[in-house]
Amino acid sequence: MATKPKRPAKQADAKPALQKSTTSKKATKSDEPAGLSRDEDLKAYREMLLIRRFEEKAGQMYGMGLIGGFCHLYIGQEAVVVGLLGAARQGDQIVTGYRDHGHMLACGMDPKGVMAELTGRSGGYSKGKGGSMHMFSVEKCFYGGHGIVAAQVPIGTGLAFSNKYRGNDHVSLTFFGDGAANQGQVYESFNMAELWSLPVIYVIENNQYAMGTSVARASAQTNLSKRGVSFNIPGEQVDGMDVRAVRAAALKAMEWCRAGKGPYILEMMTYRYRGHSMSDPAKYRAKEEVNKMRQEHDPIEQVRHRLLDAGMSEDELKDIDKDIRAIINEAAEFAQQSPEPDPAELWTDVLAKEDHAAVGA
Amino acid sequence: MATNILMPALSPTMEEGTLAKWMIKEGDEVRSGDVIAEIETDKATMEVEAVDEGKVAKIVIPAGTENVKVNTVIAVLAGEGESTTDVQAPKAPTATAPKTGPGQGEATSRESGEKTKAEPETPRIEVKGDPDIPAGTEFVSQTVREALRDAMAEEMRRDASVFVMGVEVAQYQGAYKVTQGLLEEFGATRVVDTPITEHGFAGLGVGAAFAGLRPIVEFMTFNFAMQAMDQIINSAAKTRYMSGGQMGAPIVFRGPNGPAARVAAQHSQDYSSWYAHIPGLTVIAPYSAADAKGLLKAAIRDPNPVIFLENEILYGKSFDVPKLDDYVLPIGKARVLKEGTDVTLVSHSHGLTYCLDAAAKLEADGINAEIIDLRTIRPLDIDTIIASVKKTNRLVTVEETWPVCGIGAEIAAQVQAKAFDWLDAPILRVTQKDVPMPYAANLEKLTLPSADEVVEAVKAVCYRQGV
Repeated sequence: MATKPKRPAKQADAKPALQKSTTSKKATKSDEPAGLSRDEDLKAYREMLLIRRFEEKAGQMYGMGLIGGFCHLYIGQEAVVVGLLGAARQGDQIVTGYRDHGHMLACGMDPKGVMAELTGRSGGYSKGKGGSMHMFSVEKCFYGGHGIVAAQVPIGTGLAFSNKYRGNDHVSLTFFGDGAANQGQVYESFNMAELWSLPVIYVIENNQYAMGTSVARASAQTNLSKRGVSFNIPGEQVDGMDVRAVRAAALKAMEWCRAGKGPYILEMMTYRYRGHSMSDPAKYRAKEEVNKMRQEHDPIEQVRHRLLDAGMSEDELKDIDKDIRAIINEAAEFAQQSPEPDPAELWTDVLAKEDHAAVGA
Repeated sequence: MATNILMPALSPTMEEGTLAKWMIKEGDEVRSGDVIAEIETDKATMEVEAVDEGKVAKIVIPAGTENVKVNTVIAVLAGEGESTTDVQAPKAPTATAPKTGPGQGEATSRESGEKTKAEPETPRIEVKGDPDIPAGTEFVSQTVREALRDAMAEEMRRDASVFVMGVEVAQYQGAYKVTQGLLEEFGATRVVDTPITEHGFAGLGVGAAFAGLRPIVEFMTFNFAMQAMDQIINSAAKTRYMSGGQMGAPIVFRGPNGPAARVAAQHSQDYSSWYAHIPGLTVIAPYSAADAKGLLKAAIRDPNPVIFLENEILYGKSFDVPKLDDYVLPIGKARVLKEGTDVTLVSHSHGLTYCLDAAAKLEADGINAEIIDLRTIRPLDIDTIIASVKKTNRLVTVEETWPVCGIGAEIAAQVQAKAFDWLDAPILRVTQKDVPMPYAANLEKLTLPSADEVVEAVKAVCYRQGV
C-alpha cells in the first residue's frame, strides 16, 4: 500500500481542532490541520452527506436498471471536492473526469438535473444525451464530466489559459485520478502551465486504484505530488479524507495561483469504497482494507464527531440527514418521472447555428 | 576545369526562388563553407554556403533576380590555374530580370531564356467567377499563404478573443510562413508559440474555447494532428451534443494537409475523410486564395469546431482575391469552377489542379467537363453535385485521399441514391493509390492522381476509350 492517509484524530482528541472562530486561512505544519468554524463544518457535513446519499441512491437505481452504462460512484472521496470548493471563489472553473457526480453537486448543480441525466431523461443537464460521464453547467462553471482518462487535464489548463488571457484572477480546478496521472497529456499540460504561469490547481485524487491497478503497480514514482518536480511545479500530499486539511491546502494553492505564480499540484490521499464502476467487484483489494478506511477515516464521520463534540445533538444531525434524504428522494422521483428525450432531440445540438455574415457585409 | 554553382533547392517544395544578394564578387577566392549568397524562397531567406572552392569567374545571375529555377547556373568558379577570363559563362536560363537591377541584369532577361528548360505550359482553363462576389469588385493577386494570413489578421482585429497558437507560429513567423507578421501586430499574448506538444495544446485550445475564447490552433502539418486526435474528436467535436447544446468549442484547427513533396509516408497524406467522418466537425479544404480567405474568416467566426485543411503545394500559388473589407464566404457551399456539359469532375484542394489540367486536355478531344470545387467537405454540398450530374449524367471524383472510405466513396453513395436514373455510366474515382506514400520520385508520382488518370476516367465514363 503506497499511501497512508494521516490518521484523523479519534473522537476524544478531535475537539482541539475546533478552535473558536478559526477560519483556516493558512495551512499548518502540525498533524492537526487548521480547523473549520462550526458553520463551516456544518456546511461541509451537509455537502458531503448530500453526495454520499446521492451516490447511494444512484447505485440503487443502477441496480434497478434505471441507470445504464457506466456509473462511477464517488463514495469515500467526498471531502476532496467539498474541501476544494469550500475554498473556491465565484468564477473559478471546475473540470474533472468521469467520476463526476460529487463535483457537480459540490458546484451547486441541482441534484434533480444530475439524477435525471443518469436516467437519460429530458430533464437531465444534457437533456439525456450525455449520461453519467458527460454533464456540464456553464452557469456553475462546471466544464465536465469527461469520459476519456486525463482528457480534462489539457482542457482545465485551457480554462486557466483563458483566465490569464482575460487578466482575471479566476483559478481552474482540474481534477484527475492516480490512473490519469500516468497519461502523457498530463505532462504536456504541466509543461505549458508552468511555462506560461497559468492559474491551475491540479488536484490528483489518489484513491489508490486505477480501476483494478494499485498505484504501486502502475507508477514508478508513487508520490504523485512530485510529478511536477521536473517542471518546477510545487506539489504536496494532503489527507483527502479530512475536509479541513483539504480546504487548508486548497486555500494555500489558490493564493499561489491568484498571485500569478503558476500551477500547483495537490495530491489528495483518498479512497473509494465502491468498485471502479458499478460492474467492478473490486476483488483486487482486501475487504479489511476497505472496512478499515470506512471505520477509521471516513470523511463524513470525522466531521460528524466534531459537530457532536462541539455540542450538536444527535437529533439535530438526524434532522439534517432527513433533509438530505428528502432532497435525494425528490431527485430520484424527478429522474424517473421526467420523460425520455423527444426523438427529435436525436438530431439537435450537433452543431451550433449562427448566421455567417454575407460577402461584403 | 570550371565549376558551376547551381541554384539550390532549399525546401521540399521549392521549384524557384529569388537570388536576393551575392556575398561574393567576381575575382573573389571562395572557400568551402563561405556564405556566398542569400536566397529567398517563398518561406524564408536562406544563406547559401559554398561547397566547391576556387576563384569566382562569373556571376551569372545578378542579385535581385526573381523566379530563378532550381539547378540554374548562378555563378561559375574557375578551376585551379584557370584564368577567370577563360571561363565561359553558360547562357542564363529562365529567370526574370530584377525590377530595379543594377545594370548588369540585362544579360539574364527572359529573352535569353531557354524555353525548353521551363516546365511545359499546360493550357489554362478559364475559371468561372465566384457568384458570391459582387459585380464590379476589384481583385488583387495574392498567394494562398498571404490570403490565409490576412484572414487571421482581419479576424484578430475584429475580435479580441481570437488568438493563434501552435509550433513556430510567432517568433519563427510560421513554419510555412502563414502567420507571418502576426506576432508584430498582435503580440505574444495572442500569437502563442507552443512547445511541440500537439495533444496538449489541442486540448488546451479546446479548454480555452469552452471558456469562450476563439482559438486558432495551427498544426505545423496535419500529420502531427494525429497526436491530438482524441482532443479534436472526443472533446471538441462531441461536447455540444453531450452537453445538450449548453456549450461547445468555437475553435479552428488549421494547417497544411495532403501530399507534400518527397517527404514520404509519415508526412504526406490527405486527412479529409478522417475528419469528414465525425459529426460535430466542420471540414473545409479550399483550393483558391480567395476561398481560403473567405472561408477561414467564416471558420473563425463559426461557433463550431472547424478543421481547416490547407495545402502546402498551393501555399505559394497566386489567385485573384476580391478587394473587399470583409470577405466572408458561406461554409458548406461548393463552387462550379468551370461549366461543362459532358461530365462532372468533383474535387477539393490540390485535386483541382488535376481536374483543370485534365479539362484542358479533354477540351481538345471535344469533351466539355464541368468542374466542381467542394471547398467544404463537411457539410457536403451534395445538391450542387446532383444538379451537375443531372446535366452531364456522368461523374468522376478526384482526390488525393486513399480510395477506401474516401470522399469519392461518400459522393458515389449519395449520388447513386439520389440521382440513380440520371447516371449514364458508373461513377469512377481517381484517388491516391492504396499504399503509403513512397519516397522515390517516380513512385511518388505514380501513387498520386494525375491529369492523365482523370482524362482516362472521363473517357471511360463517356465510353470514349481508345479515342
